[in-house]
Formats: sequence, structure tokens, C-alpha cells
Amino acid sequence: MPTKSIHDIAASFSRRGVLAATAGLMLGLASISGAKAADDTIKVGVLHSLSGTMAISETTLKDTILFLIDEQNKKGGVLGKKLEAVVVDPASNWPLFAEKARELITKDKVAVVFGCWTSVSRKSVLPVFKELNNILFYPVQYEGEESERNVFYTGAAPNQQAIPAVDYLMKEEKVKRWVLAGTDYVYPRTTNKILEAYLKSKGVAQEDIMINYTPFGHSDWQTIVADIKKFGSAGKKTAVVSTINGDANVPFYKELGNQGIKAKDIPVVAFSVGEEELAGIDTKPLVGHLAAWNYFESIKTPANEKFIKDWQAYTKNPKRTTNDPMEAHVIGFNMWVKAVEKVKSTDPDKVIDALPGIEAANLTGGTSKMLPNHHITKPVFIGEIKGNGQFDVVWKTPGLVAGDAWSKELDGSKDLIGDWVGKKCGNFNTKTNKCLGSGS
Amino acid sequence: MPTNLSARLSTFVLSLFLIAFALPAFAGPFEDAVAKFANDDFSDTDEAIGVVASSGNKLAFPIINALQEGRLMADPDSKKVYVTGTDGKSIDAATGESVASVPDSASAVRLNNRLRRSVDAALGSLTLQSPDLGTRLQAAQSVFKSHEETALEPVESALAKETNRSVKAVLGEARAAILLFKSDATEVQKLEAVATIKARGDQEALALLSDIGSDQPASVTKAATSAISSIQNSLAVWSMVQNAWYGLSLGSVLLLAAIGLAITFGVMGVINMAHGEMVMIGAYTTFAVQEVIRTRYPALFDYSLLIAVPLAFLVAGAIGVLIERSIIRFLYGRPLETLLATWGLSLVLQQAVRTMFGPTNREVGNPSWMSGAFELGQITITYNRLWILCFTLAVFVILLAMLRYTALGLEMRAVTQNRRMAASMGIATSRVDALTFGLGSGIAGIAGVALSQIDNVSPNLGQSYIIDSFMVVVFGGVGNLWGTLVGAFTLGIANKFLEPVAGAVLGKIAILVLIILFIQKRPRGLFALKGRAVEA
Repeated sequence: MPTKSIHDIAASFSRRGVLAATAGLMLGLASISGAKAADDTIKVGVLHSLSGTMAISETTLKDTILFLIDEQNKKGGVLGKKLEAVVVDPASNWPLFAEKARELITKDKVAVVFGCWTSVSRKSVLPVFKELNNILFYPVQYEGEESERNVFYTGAAPNQQAIPAVDYLMKEEKVKRWVLAGTDYVYPRTTNKILEAYLKSKGVAQEDIMINYTPFGHSDWQTIVADIKKFGSAGKKTAVVSTINGDANVPFYKELGNQGIKAKDIPVVAFSVGEEELAGIDTKPLVGHLAAWNYFESIKTPANEKFIKDWQAYTKNPKRTTNDPMEAHVIGFNMWVKAVEKVKSTDPDKVIDALPGIEAANLTGGTSKMLPNHHITKPVFIGEIKGNGQFDVVWKTPGLVAGDAWSKELDGSKDLIGDWVGKKCGNFNTKTNKCLGSGS
Repeated sequence: MPTNLSARLSTFVLSLFLIAFALPAFAGPFEDAVAKFANDDFSDTDEAIGVVASSGNKLAFPIINALQEGRLMADPDSKKVYVTGTDGKSIDAATGESVASVPDSASAVRLNNRLRRSVDAALGSLTLQSPDLGTRLQAAQSVFKSHEETALEPVESALAKETNRSVKAVLGEARAAILLFKSDATEVQKLEAVATIKARGDQEALALLSDIGSDQPASVTKAATSAISSIQNSLAVWSMVQNAWYGLSLGSVLLLAAIGLAITFGVMGVINMAHGEMVMIGAYTTFAVQEVIRTRYPALFDYSLLIAVPLAFLVAGAIGVLIERSIIRFLYGRPLETLLATWGLSLVLQQAVRTMFGPTNREVGNPSWMSGAFELGQITITYNRLWILCFTLAVFVILLAMLRYTALGLEMRAVTQNRRMAASMGIATSRVDALTFGLGSGIAGIAGVALSQIDNVSPNLGQSYIIDSFMVVVFGGVGNLWGTLVGAFTLGIANKFLEPVAGAVLGKIAILVLIILFIQKRPRGLFALKGRAVEA
């Protein structure tokens, strides 16, 4: 909208006086003539898989960033410039993530990157972001045990999802026996390690915890569901804590339903099942099973209702669902915009220093804040699956929970904190008062 | 003044009436409890369920039943609660009077798992004497599960009237369960209870007996311990049977996925990496069929799979013929190029489906005859697995018969065994090639219809089966359908017996290692083809 920028220039004339404005204009002209025409825009990198196994989850996040950029540009962009999305497809291929990240930063010169879903893809791009000094916003719940200067974690850390969910089951459902079932990779393994330590600290005996891992895309759940049934028949209330990822969930829930395991007998609380995953199944046999997230589509707040309406209008699909990682991108994007406007620059060093302390409204009626450890504060909700594929919130934390980069439950990390404001360190040991430095 | 007196009298009677009608509506514990449903608080709802269920009011059953089915509406403003019937008519839950309509501000009373259990327990004791046999059985089961002391009296009175044997048995077990946990039951009663529950012999009996606590008489604890170990022993035997069944079921899935490959790879020798995508196309065909049925002919939903089977065969088969004519026929005798070309093709097909149908999972429903399970002794057999097993065997038999008894089958065997001889006998070998490849692909499509019932319908569906399919065909012996059958069931059963011991991940690795060792020993698989055809 050129009229608006003319208006802005006119406004600055009246405010600062002709002389200063002319100087500013000349400076601006100089910088424009010195660079390419593309510098009229600020480039935003989108690093989500659009093909391969992760496309099922990540395509939506790519659309979310495009939507947010569109909305921001309607409001006039950032620092008077339009935002321009640069979308690349790392194709669910972890080494390709690093290559594409390098391409985004060096070739396209993006100011910030929103991307990644799996932890392994995040670990793959980390060295690139450190070396080239850029910013990554990571929107997915993950296993924690990390705090990097160049990464901002807008998804939940274990203490913002797993631990409150277990607390809920202990208090509300009086669960005494636990099945920790997960897909065999780093997120479920670390989360289950944290949960096991937490349960033991609450007095749960070893024989009341069953841990089970399955390969990616596991589709034959007969034996495991029968084992869960057997484990649950020891006379104590049993629940399943599921970190089963992605595609494997549908056959798992189908088998639960078919073998007649009802939520009122053995509830399953899942950390990776959201509205998108439920879209592939008939949820009537699953009513009452639980999920823990920081956002549900069904939460009734004006901000959320507006977001859903705009999103469905943008995607031209009145049935398009929203989910938790999308909200994380919304918060992360708005935080980045605020930080850039605060320092009036997109220079990564300045933005990284400005981000801690920045607040942005979340969609569930609260205000999330970026913490010095590059994690954010979030509310935690427990939702029950309803017959229509949505969730009914049955419990939430009284306030917002601050994300811990390092778990307090694990021996190796309970003394560590991430603090990029005071200590300038991602893994500061509070006992020895030393920074462990990079590489851990 | 008689008129005056009668007027006074009538006023008095009227006011009595008014009191009689008005009192329950405003003051009784039942009405107070009903009003609590409108608080939208789980603890209040729980309390209300308890009071309403034990009130003896004839509205108790409709209210709790409506609550279970999400038909109990509460208006948070007026604190009024309504029961909407399945026929759309509504009554005021406190008075039973019918109302014209439920206000818009009213919403269904919410439940969580704890409340669902309370509702089940309450409905259990309310419906013990229902005229419907199924309802009575269910009621007895849920009383057994909740075994609350308050249910003892209803159970005993139901037991006295019950005539059906199986319901009577469950009622007896429910009574035993209640007595076992009742603190003032006699030792004799408790010992009898332990015996009754032991006779039930399933996992729920085990759960109950393990939960009796330490404040029981010594003899009861002893009897319970011995009952537990005897139930555990019998369950251990059953779990072997269960593993065998799971193995058969997994084997049938493997066989179904591999059977098309046994034709394209086994018979024709084409390393077809796009085989999994044919399975996926079959699954998407099922989705498309169900979509049409859902929007146009909802009554036909239970037949959707029967309609999808021939369609999936035709769609996948046609695509197979197309692939053979346009790509594979130029690559015969060049296995490496075939492998690369078909692998590239599989990526193309995946992305094409992703573009057409979107990257997310598509919902394929189970028809009613494929949902749920039944109990056979102490094992649960799910209908979808049972039907898939039958279906797989049917496909196998039909395919075998086709190869053996039809002209096309004869030509196929002739061409694959000795192409030049077949050609000189006047068989159009390139036509037979195309049809054989089409047949293999079509069968993969049929497999997709069945797999859509147990797995995700997503563009990645095929990928998860391609490795297993090759494993089965190579293990069973290339070029031999019987080998594929035996191979699939062997792998399935071996996998399911390894899984409880080694876990799903290690089990799979162990199977792969075993196959590698086996192939070292017998490179041609279980059933090796003999004779000159092998050299070709």
C-alpha cells in the first residue's frame, strides 16, 4: 500500500522538522540505492517439510506462517517494510534441513526462520544457526534439556505438558499404576525418563511402571494393547501416558476401541495427539481419553474465535482445524515482530537480546512471556476427546507455567539453568557457578 | 353460613394441594440434587448422581440415562435442568412435566471419566431389573465392576427374580464382589465370594482379588492368594493362545500386503518399489467410495467395503497396466534400473496423492460388522482382524485357482517359465506381461481396502508395508504363492511370540537377523522353485 508509506513520510516531516527528515530521507535513499530492490521487504524463512512422512504435521505450520505474514502485511508490515515468506521444503530429511537452513540464511538472507518439528531436525539445523548467527523459532512440544542462544522454544517443555498431565491423573483419576508408551526416539525416551523419575519421587513403585517403546509407524498394536489390559488388571487404577508419535496413533486408538478399553477403565493421556491427528479417526469409541496441550481449538475466548475465523477464511476451508503448535507459531511470530519493532532492526544479535521479556497474547486469554532461557510461559490444559474430534477442557493450571529448559527431575540437569540475559549461558550450573559452554 | 364454610374448606384443600405440588418442586433433596447439575462443576455433578440414583424417584433412571447419553441439558442462568428425549421432546428433570422447548442458553451437562464411572455404577443398580436381557447383563457387569455396598440390596432382589442363567451368574459374581469388600460380611460369606470370583477366572476377577486389601481375615487372604495364582496359571495358557491368534492376524496382514508382490516380483521378477503405492491407491479408493456413500447414500455404508473391493482392483490394476506399458516394459532384464525407476515412481505417486487429497490422514470408517470384539474363552478377538484373516485367505484361494484353472493363468505361467517358447506357441507375451502386472497391482489395491480398516489412510501408507512385503516374498521363496503364504504366517507368529519377550523394537530386529541368517543358508527361500525356470 504505497499511500500509507507516503502518509508515514508526511507524518515524520511534521514531527521531526524538515531538516532532520530530509537527512533521514537522503540516508534512506542512499541505503536503498546501495542494495538490491528486494531489500524493500524483510524476508522470513519457513523451514517445514512439505513432503515425506512429516508433511502430515508440518504443512499446516507452513500455512500458519504464510497466514500470519499476510495478516501482518495488511497491518502495514514491520518497520514500514512488507514481510516476504521464503518457503523451502526439507522433505522430512534431517540432513536436508541443515542444507535448506544454510540456503535460507546465506542465499535468501532471511531475518528469522520459523521451522522444524522433530527434535532430530532441530538438532540438525542447530550448528548452522550458531555458525551463521540467525534466529530459529521452534513451535513444537519437545523433551527439553536444551537452551541455545539462537533458538526460541515456543512449544512446551516437559514441565509444561507431561508433568501437569501426570499430576492431573494422580489427583483427579487416582491413578496408581502407569504405562509409559512411546515411539522409539529421543522425545519419548527423554520424556519418559523425566516422568519415571517424577513418579518415583511421588512414591510410585518400580513394578507399577511399565515402559514400552515401538518403532515409528507401528501398526500392529494387538499385543501391546493386550499387555496394557493385563497390566491394568492388577487391582490398581491404571492409566497410559502416551508419547506415541504421528501416524502410529490411529491404529493404536483403533485397537483400544476394538478391544473395548474404555477411557473410564484405563484412560490414555497423549502428548502428541491433537485435532489434526484425530481428523483421521472416528472418535466415538475414544470419548474420554485425554490429551495435554497448551491450546485447544475448542477453548472459547474472543482471541481464539477470531483466529479460527480468520484462519478458515484465509485457507478457504470452513472445516480447517487449528492446533497447539500453530498457536506456538502465532505467539512466536508476534514476539519476533514486537522485538524487531522495539530495537527497530532485524539484526539477529539485537533481536536475540531484545526477545527475553517480550510479551505476546496467547489465544487462550493469557499473556505469554519470553523467558531468559528462551522458553515461554504457557497455560496447561487437559482436554477429553469428544465424539466430534474436538477436545473438552476438563482441567487447567491456575496460572501460566514457566518453561524449564533443564528438567528438575533428572540428576544430570537439575542444577542447570539457561539464562541468556544475565549469565549469557544456556547451561549454567547453579551449584558450581560455572557455565558448561556449548556442545552439551 | 354453609357457603362461607365450603368456600373456606375449598381454599384449605386448594392450599393443601398447592403445598403438595409445590413442595417437591422447591424443597426436596431430589430437586436440590437435580439443580446441582446446572452448576457445571464435576464434584457437584458427582454428588447429584449419587442422590438422584438412590432417591427412588421414578425420574432417576431417565435423568441418569440422559446424562450418560449427553441428553441432560442444564441452563446455568435459571438453574433448571431438562431431559431431552431421543424423540426430541423434553421434560423438566425436577418435576417430570413436559416443556415446550429447552432454552438456548442450556447446554449438555459435562462428564469426565470419574463421573462416567459413577454414572455406570448408578445406572447398573437402576437397570438390574430392566425387561431387556442385554441391559440387565450390562447392569450386572457394571455393578460387578463398581461393587459398591449400596448396590447389595438391589442385586439381591434382582437375583431372587432373575430367570436367565447367564445374567444370574453375573449377578452372583456381582454379589460376591460386594460381599468381599463389605467390612461386616462374615468370613464364610467372604470365602464363598472368593470361590465365586475364582470361578469367573478372567482379568477382572484377578484385579478384584488383588485389590482386597490387608484387613481381611487370614483364611480369606489365603484363599484369595491361591485363587490368584490359579487364575494366573490359566491366563498364562490363554496368553499363548492369544499370541498365536495375534500371529495369525499379523500374518494375514503381511500376506495380504505381499500377495500382489508375489506376482509382480515373485512371478515376473520385477523389483517393484511402487507396490506399496498400489496398496495406498486401494485405500484411497475406499475413502472415495465412502465419501460418496456418506454424502449420497448413507444407508449403504455397511456395504461400502464390498463396493470398494472391485473398484480398488480396477483402479490399481489399470494404473498397474499403465505403468507396465509406459515404464517397466522397457526395463525388463535390467533389475537396477527397474528398482530406481519404480522407486522414483513411488515418490511421484505419493506426492500426487498428497496434492490431490492433502497430507493429512483421511477417515475411513469401519462398517458395523467390522467394529468391536467378542470374547473366546479368555481372549478378545476383534471383528476387523477376523474378517481380514478370512478375506486374505479368500483372495489367496481365488488367486491360486485363477493361476491354475484359467487360460490367462496358464499363459502367465507359460510366459514366466519360458518366454520364447510361449511366444513361439502363439501367446502374445507383451499382452500377458501387462495383464500379469495389472493383476499384481490390482490385488495390491484390494489389500489397500482391507488395510484401510486397521491403518492410517495417508500418502505414506504404502511405505510401511513395502519392506515387510519383500521380506515375506524373499523368505517364502520367489515365484511360489504357497511359499508366500507359509512365509507370511511364519513371520507373523514368530513376531508375536517374540514381541512380549523382547519388545516391539527388538522383536523386529530379531526377525530381520533371523531372516538374514536363513537366507544365507537357503538363498532361494522356504519353497525354492526347481527346474529350468529358475535359470531364466
